Amino acid sequence: MVGYIFRRLGVLIIILFGSSFLLYNLTAISSDPLEGLRLSRDENAKFQIAALTRTLSLDVPPPLRYFIWLRGVLGYLVGQGTLGATREGGTVVEQISQAIPVSIRLVFMATIIAIILGISLGIISALRQYSRFDYSMTFAAFLMFSLPIFWVAVLLKQFLAIEFNDFLGDPNISLPWMIIISIFSGIFWSGILSLLDRRAYITFALASSLTFFTLFLINYLNWLERPRLGVIGLAIIGSAFAFAITAISVGIEDRKTLRASLTAVLVGLAFYYPVQVAFKWPNHNWVLLGLALLTFLSANLIGRVMGGEDKGPTIRTVTIVSVIFGILTILDRLMQVWPRYVRLSDVNYRPIPTIGDGRIWLEPVGYWIRFLDSLTHLVLPTLALTLISFAGYIRFSRGTLLEVLNQDYIRTARSKGLTERTVIMRHAFRNTMIPMTTILVVDFAGIIGGAIITERVFGWRGMGTLFNSAITNMDLNLLMGVFLVTGTLAVLANLIADLLYSVMDPRVRVGAGN
Amino acid sequence: MKFRKNSESAVASDERMIESRDTVGLTQGQIIRKRFRQHRAAMVSVFTLTVLFIGVFTALDWRLLGIEIPGWWRYNHTDILELQFENCPGGSVGCPTIDLLPFIDGDGLGWGDFPFGQDDIGRDYFSLVMRGAQRSIFVMIIIGALAATIGTVIGAISGYFRGWIDAILMRITDFIITIPSIIIGSVVGYHFGNLGVAFLAFYLGLFAWTGLSRLVRGEFLTLREREFVDAARVAGASNRRIIFKHILPNAIGVIIVSVTLLMAGAILLESALSYLGFGVIPPDVSLGLLISTYQESFSTRPWLFWYPGIFIIVIALCVNFIGDGLRDAFDPRQRRGKVFRSNNREKK
Repeated sequence: MVGYIFRRLGVLIIILFGSSFLLYNLTAISSDPLEGLRLSRDENAKFQIAALTRTLSLDVPPPLRYFIWLRGVLGYLVGQGTLGATREGGTVVEQISQAIPVSIRLVFMATIIAIILGISLGIISALRQYSRFDYSMTFAAFLMFSLPIFWVAVLLKQFLAIEFNDFLGDPNISLPWMIIISIFSGIFWSGILSLLDRRAYITFALASSLTFFTLFLINYLNWLERPRLGVIGLAIIGSAFAFAITAISVGIEDRKTLRASLTAVLVGLAFYYPVQVAFKWPNHNWVLLGLALLTFLSANLIGRVMGGEDKGPTIRTVTIVSVIFGILTILDRLMQVWPRYVRLSDVNYRPIPTIGDGRIWLEPVGYWIRFLDSLTHLVLPTLALTLISFAGYIRFSRGTLLEVLNQDYIRTARSKGLTERTVIMRHAFRNTMIPMTTILVVDFAGIIGGAIITERVFGWRGMGTLFNSAITNMDLNLLMGVFLVTGTLAVLANLIADLLYSVMDPRVRVGAGN
Repeated sequence: MKFRKNSESAVASDERMIESRDTVGLTQGQIIRKRFRQHRAAMVSVFTLTVLFIGVFTALDWRLLGIEIPGWWRYNHTDILELQFENCPGGSVGCPTIDLLPFIDGDGLGWGDFPFGQDDIGRDYFSLVMRGAQRSIFVMIIIGALAATIGTVIGAISGYFRGWIDAILMRITDFIITIPSIIIGSVVGYHFGNLGVAFLAFYLGLFAWTGLSRLVRGEFLTLREREFVDAARVAGASNRRIIFKHILPNAIGVIIVSVTLLMAGAILLESALSYLGFGVIPPDVSLGLLISTYQESFSTRPWLFWYPGIFIIVIALCVNFIGDGLRDAFDPRQRRGKVFRSNNREKK
């Protein structure tokens, strides 16, 4: 195993060397960084050319210059490496270290949402194979495969930002919309939950009337203008999640676990007011970190005490419920500042911005306003990225689950008399996740690379923008720096994916073929 | 469905299905065509795409070797015409005259003079979109053809011969995979963009084959161990003959499906590159370039933005559906009908 990893790492270094050499020479030969200066009539042009030639070693032919660059990179092994200078005189490392956090912030959320949504829809779609729900999911996935992201982004800017902001100025959901949304929600839930016709009608009626009631309540409470959850909202939503998560992960008949999850929700509610006080402390990041830690600890404790003999599943369930409850509590805190945020003069009743990654504040604002602000800036790019990327997860998880469901061990599980939930969640879902994981690892590595087009459309200054400007400015060192980071991560992720695969699936023996 | 058990689909054979039906002769090709015809979305896509292709490529005038072939549309994408402003909403100019709502204003479906409107300087937008679609389809087909050829050849060679040939070819593939196609496209496109659309398509195709070659290699690795290959070898067939006559026909399904999906991706890649300014550059036209040029006019003249986007989506969607239909047709494990559910009931 160790030998295999080292061999793979060796190959990986050779590959990186080859592709960086190719890219370097391709760019160096085809571009002339001095072009602009040569044509200029400036008196100083000659000196500028000389200076630039010296800093970028332009007098060395590209194949050799590559090795100068490589020496700088390899220098990191002995602690004095460099990625070279940019054309403007800064260092590449500086630029990249500024861009990476921006890219992560932009893509991380979208990736998580796309994964969760995509996998769950794909699995439901596979379980209802060849139903109307399955067909519409397939169609939706193909539609999203075919969408150019910049086109979607402009549409989102128009309809979600501009018109949604207009709508938020006077938020009142009109009756036709309420009816339309309710009908859609009814169709969606009846498609997911039931197969038999009569039950489908009941689900439809229930889901659509529930949606209608919720929308009515939102209007009645003027919730969009002054959103809040409060203790009551948290209690209702929290216990709904407790029931749902328990039902999915261990089955609703497991009373121990159900009681434990509901206890976790109760504990969360009991600590609602103390937590509100804690949110006011000045060291916000530490407070949040501490609270997150406390959430995990209490979840573990509750699961351990109430779990009985088989603690593992209970602890797992309670942890998921607690984490969701924690997120809800933070959402509640953000909702509390929403009315104030909207009314700020920098925001001026247009909360969903179309460009940039944060506002420049003319007035002093607190931590939560800033937090909310960075979230509202994430709304549009996240939506656009999620839309185009989650179709892949739908198709892949659907295909894999269908494959798994035809396996003999599923037949065995069924013939043992296990419940359908156990067969699907324990036997099928876990095996579906094996090939999924390898894709997820590679996708997460891609996060650092940013999204070239999305960043451009929404005006974020991440890795994609850096790459873009490196090409247009013929900034070779910057281009190679960006490539080095993204390329290394990509090949490393592939290696990790292969290793993970062999760890999770004992049938796959790593290094057997090589 | 009728199946004939032949040696080549032995793995595929589904015993229940063979028992239940009489097994009169149907070739593999006939089975596949039949299954493809049953995929409704794919058939609709084939029809749409055919109509679209014919319409798009005959709309404008062609100049071939000095002979001029007139198109069916009255303008060309280079004609600069007078800007229309009658009947335009909100004081904008060059609005579309196409009438898609025949029942509301009651004057029926009509094209009008400028069905998709006009651009800034008065060029007919319909002609521009037609021209753009021609370019985009052209790029898509070149990339598909090039990637299919290179990918199949490299995959076939390394899967069939294995050993050091395989090792070298796969390492080359690996290192091309490391460089994302959008990066290659941008770097080359920025510096050689002036060489025209054919060149753009050519170099994108040169880097698009990697996934396919891995797939083909995998397919060849399993197929070369099968009995019919041994039989051919014993009969004295040359390597070339085994590769092209015996193994390739069995791998063709995987190749066709993956090339279709690759082409759907190619049209999006071309439009993305053109959007970034590294693909097709003015004065030439492509759908991505049109969107990129007029994205700012969305709030005032949305038609400049809608039509090219819709064309991209329709083309990519159709190609994707055809790919899906082909996959269903070629994949013998796929069975239409409510398989999982009926299995479920049997077992309870």
